[in-house]
Amino acid sequence: MALNFFDQFMSPTYMGIPLMALALTLPWLLYPTPTTRWLNNRLLTLQSWFINRFTQQLLMPLNVGGHKWALMLTSLMMFLFTINLLGLLPYTFTPTTQLSLNMGLAVPLWLATVIIGMRNQPTAALGHLLPEGTPALLIPVLIIIETISLFIRPLALGVRLTANLTAGHLLIQLIATAVYVLLPMMTTVALLTATVLFLLTLLEVAVAMIQAYVFVLLLSLYLQENV
Amino acid sequence: MVHTGRYGIHDGQKCANCLVCKMADRPVPMAEKRLMDVKLGELMTWASTKDFSPNGIIAAVRRGHDRYYNKYINVKKGGIGGVAMLLTGYVVLSYLWEYDHIKHDRWRKYH
Repeated sequence: MALNFFDQFMSPTYMGIPLMALALTLPWLLYPTPTTRWLNNRLLTLQSWFINRFTQQLLMPLNVGGHKWALMLTSLMMFLFTINLLGLLPYTFTPTTQLSLNMGLAVPLWLATVIIGMRNQPTAALGHLLPEGTPALLIPVLIIIETISLFIRPLALGVRLTANLTAGHLLIQLIATAVYVLLPMMTTVALLTATVLFLLTLLEVAVAMIQAYVFVLLLSLYLQENV
Repeated sequence: MVHTGRYGIHDGQKCANCLVCKMADRPVPMAEKRLMDVKLGELMTWASTKDFSPNGIIAAVRRGHDRYYNKYINVKKGGIGGVAMLLTGYVVLSYLWEYDHIKHDRWRKYH
């Protein structure tokens, strides 16, 4: 019966289609395409403003070579942002709680930054493995450590996103169960727990947005090093 | 329906000369009938005339999307309702999708 708390991370199939498919296609439906009109509807205006500000902010530290990644990074951000926020609605499924999806996003993108770095500027890319000013004795150790840290990056990107979202969802479910069970027995305690639940939900909304941002930000940093 | 034709404004099918009067009770082919005009007995026949190929389904989804978008979102002072209805529909759909799994939770003693 303890399995039940983890059931929210399952994607049940209905008529052969898993719920994950619905959850993955919904973000596409929520963002209309910009038109060539001078004045668009409110949703489009809001969306365009947000996307422009975000792209400007993200691309500030990158040089011109990195600007080729603008579309990729911004669309990734919008995708993760929407998926995370939609997952907070009742009964919905959050695809980013699945490690497979996050690794599927993290590994190819990270690998792309590494390969771009190795192809275009191999000396500089390899040079990142040794920070400036290290004492001569430490050089071998540091190279090994930096290589390990390089290869851990995609794992960290994927697992960070998965763990944050999974933990948040689990906490919400646990505390909500506690409130529900306590309500007939100890109403005051239940009310206090309900306050905790409310605050937790606000935190989860913030986490949803922040995690998406962090994912994309780190990717842009890796890109910055390599481009 | 009051309309104007060659013989001035008139109602119903008074003349046989203006376009509306001429088209008034021409039988509509089954494929072009709207759903609300189809009689219950004809429902199956009507459904069989619809295009269920992948292209047809995509076209239908696009039509539905355009109708919803232009009615609720692409308006001068659209509010939160347009997106909120969509999200509520999504929540309801998710619930239906998961119902077979969730129904066991109702009488479960330990969660």
